[in-house]
Amino acid sequence: MAEPLLQVRDLVVEFPTRRGTLTAVDRVSFDIAEGEVLGVVGESGAGKSMTGAAVIGLLEPPGRIAGGEILLEGERIDNLPYEKLRRIRGKRIGAIFQDPLTSLNPLYSVGRQLVETIQTHTDLSPTRARARAVELLAEVGIPAPERRVDQYPHHFSGGMRQRVVIALALCANPRLIIADEPTTALDVSIQAQIIALLKRLCREHGTAVMLVTHDMGVIAETADRVAVMYAGRIAEIGPVREVIKSAKHPYTHGLMGSIPTIVHDAERLAQIPGSMPRLTDIPPGCAFNPRCLHAFDRCRRDRPELIPIENGNVSCWLYDAAASLGVAETRALVARQAVASEPADV
Amino acid sequence: MQSILVMVVVALVAFTMFRYVGDPVNQMVGVETSMQEREALRQRLGLNDPDHVQFLRFIGKAARGDFGISYQQKRPVSELLIERMPATLELSLVSALFALLAGVPLGVYTGLNRDGFLSRVFLTVSLIGISLPTFLIGILMIFLFSVQLGWLPSFGRGPTVNLGWWQTGFLTVDGLKALIMPSVTLGLFQLTLIMRLVRSEMLEVLRTDYIKFARARGLSNVAINFGHALKNTLVPVITITGLQLGSIIAFAIITETVFQWPGMGLLFLQSIQNVDIPIMAAYLMMIAFLFVVINLVVDLLYYVVDPRLRVESPAAGGHG
Amino acid sequence: MAERADDRPAAPGMLRRWLDSDLWFSFTRSPVTVIAGVVTLVYLVLFLFGPWIAPHDPFDMASLNIMESFTPPAWEADGLPQYLLGTDDQGRDLLSAIIYGARISLLIGVASVLLSLVIGVLLGLLAGFLGGMVDAFIMRVAEVQLSFPAILIALLVNGVLRGVLQVERQADLAYAVLILSIGVSGWVQYARTVRGSTMVERRKEYVQAAHVIGIHPIKIMLTHILPNVTGPVLVIATIHLAVAIISEATLSFLGVGVPATEPSLGTLIRIGNDFLFSGEWWIAIFPGIALAVLVLAVNLLGDWLRDALNPKLR
Repeated sequence: MAEPLLQVRDLVVEFPTRRGTLTAVDRVSFDIAEGEVLGVVGESGAGKSMTGAAVIGLLEPPGRIAGGEILLEGERIDNLPYEKLRRIRGKRIGAIFQDPLTSLNPLYSVGRQLVETIQTHTDLSPTRARARAVELLAEVGIPAPERRVDQYPHHFSGGMRQRVVIALALCANPRLIIADEPTTALDVSIQAQIIALLKRLCREHGTAVMLVTHDMGVIAETADRVAVMYAGRIAEIGPVREVIKSAKHPYTHGLMGSIPTIVHDAERLAQIPGSMPRLTDIPPGCAFNPRCLHAFDRCRRDRPELIPIENGNVSCWLYDAAASLGVAETRALVARQAVASEPADV
Repeated sequence: MQSILVMVVVALVAFTMFRYVGDPVNQMVGVETSMQEREALRQRLGLNDPDHVQFLRFIGKAARGDFGISYQQKRPVSELLIERMPATLELSLVSALFALLAGVPLGVYTGLNRDGFLSRVFLTVSLIGISLPTFLIGILMIFLFSVQLGWLPSFGRGPTVNLGWWQTGFLTVDGLKALIMPSVTLGLFQLTLIMRLVRSEMLEVLRTDYIKFARARGLSNVAINFGHALKNTLVPVITITGLQLGSIIAFAIITETVFQWPGMGLLFLQSIQNVDIPIMAAYLMMIAFLFVVINLVVDLLYYVVDPRLRVESPAAGGHG
Repeated sequence: MAERADDRPAAPGMLRRWLDSDLWFSFTRSPVTVIAGVVTLVYLVLFLFGPWIAPHDPFDMASLNIMESFTPPAWEADGLPQYLLGTDDQGRDLLSAIIYGARISLLIGVASVLLSLVIGVLLGLLAGFLGGMVDAFIMRVAEVQLSFPAILIALLVNGVLRGVLQVERQADLAYAVLILSIGVSGWVQYARTVRGSTMVERRKEYVQAAHVIGIHPIKIMLTHILPNVTGPVLVIATIHLAVAIISEATLSFLGVGVPATEPSLGTLIRIGNDFLFSGEWWIAIFPGIALAVLVLAVNLLGDWLRDALNPKLR
């Protein structure tokens, strides 16, 4: 098996505040293979954006990487000095952010911003760089690119701007793109187009994507594998279809159950009672245990590690080999959660 | 549109002062003049005409630069103004340049090195700069450089050279020396303002998404700080600085008083002390006019710098 | 989860809450701000208890000894121990004069700010709430006035008032004239901020609901909108206080402010300015320092307040 493109091992991101140190990302580990799309899904505050920011080295102070390793093509990048990291950004790892309306500098033409990025990472002459810029615009589906290359961002609609953003991120042909909620700020009708574009381009260029979002629909459409994050930790990670159709972790199951679907009727949407704990109030043991119907003693004491199950991993003691009923039975047990019922134990 | 309104309002205010504050005739004639003679004078000057007539006459004369005769100095106001204008303008210009040329780089530096030691020093000094009233700065400078050290002259403009009707202090060494302290005094306040403004704008800009995206694209620090951040910072700074120019000319009043600089500001102050209405009114109108001009220039500059303000043909924009 | 035991003490007292709050924390965090706070407190104490603290009464003409005028500070060769900072040209003890002068400066400063605040907040509320012509008119006036530096307007108002009032009454009314001049020149900032907040709040549903129920608009303005603008208004007021104090000092220095019989800090500096060259430097320098320190302290407090109340910077 080829070496994974990106390896994240026990990543810890901390924020020192006056009330103590907040751990936004708590020992998260995952891999991304070449050309693979990994979805990272979870509620707001679960730590997904922080993880992405840490990988590309754009954590805003006072946030900092407090532990773990990040390896790109086998080399550590989390401990590089600023200049080295800067050279990696754009060239080997790119990023796309949420709001296309604020991602582009309003005072410069789109072409100038493209040419600048191209020239930063390649040796192309200004003329060749400009030609390349026009090519890129055509690739992302902007009509009449020769004319539009000299226009300013405010001449483009939201969806078009996001296409420009994608073009900018792909300029130097990075191996990995961190896409942080790339469609959340767009109209629903545009979302599908942008997602399709992203998927196509990444397939064509062989670019891997770390797709961070809270929208399961986008994940289902685009990702190969998905990691579910909860309270700064990974709850479950595995191939998309498996995680969606037969979720293992109780939280994931609750998450899938709470998505409205046309397929079957339901009287009410399943709701997981309670809410995700604040980063200052994470309970000992498994972070989900106060809301979990199947929690038992060990859950409240020890934090579960990622246990390999079939094609993925789960961090849930229910699947621990020593206490196993077998994977299928455990999954069935988890699936038997009633709708909006009281917690089993106090 | 705005500007015309301003001018009209100011003209009204000036005219009201003329009309209702003090009595021009009493100011102009001696004590022995009889009531009849005063009445005759009043009639001749048109002071008994209805208000709107007088107002129109006032505007007409103002447009031609005729503001009447100073009560105190018995000379035409316009003459006095023209005489003193070069002094004030030279002072203001040098101060403004000083404030800009020092303020912008300092602002950029403290914005980029937010928590550095030198930045903190500059910020503290800037705080002191805002807290010291202009006149106090002037006095302290005089105390230090004239009284104690004897390096610089403490009042007046020094020798001036006549270029046509313009008397300039630029062409003599002593003239330049005399210019130093007043312009630093006048400019210091503006400098601190500009520095703090540039800094805070810079900090705002550095937090935007497009800067974050620029970093994510691997652009160099130089490109980000000076190519992107600086340009975006300067846009709002331009308006404020432009408006500040106007206030420099107004603050010149204080500086001219401290240094006995023979400019329009000193003239205005004396007119306040002596309730010399024609000068007050004239100064007011002139400042208003100046502000209007400055505003226009700033608007033009904005248009040049910010592409969003240029109205394009409707063919722009698209969908999807 | 177990029920919360009800033997917890009642909600922690106001003092405890204040001490725990973010505001106090950020205050104590910065030593500079604490010093500024202490200094302001000192001036406040001087303001309230000045007459009892000052060693002499500089306004009592009878107690002045003209022979002792121009005494240098106590630590200099010719100094006298009872005049710690020396005396001025009339034999007034400078330390006492500074204390009394600071009181006057503070008084006029605070009064002017209050005047600006009241005018500005009122007009802002009206403009924001009523909209339409009222709003347009008020904003036009504001913009016109904003084109002129405050000091110019203050001078102008001052000049006009002097022209209008009789000469004899000028000394008595000097304070009122000053407060009026500075107050009138400063309302625009408040009005703009309050107008902005008012317009935002006015559209919110709870205001519309109150309207529908029939609560009088004035009551709506006062009880709902006003509390929401206190934060920014407070910041503006603090910074404006510094400006007002400087304005008063400047006007006094220029000779159109507080008269020399009961001088403020600005007037003292003006008096002292004449003697800088002849060597009696203390008459100008000490009041200057007192003024600078006061304004600096107020500015620092204003800066801290603005950063502390700004949600974006947290």
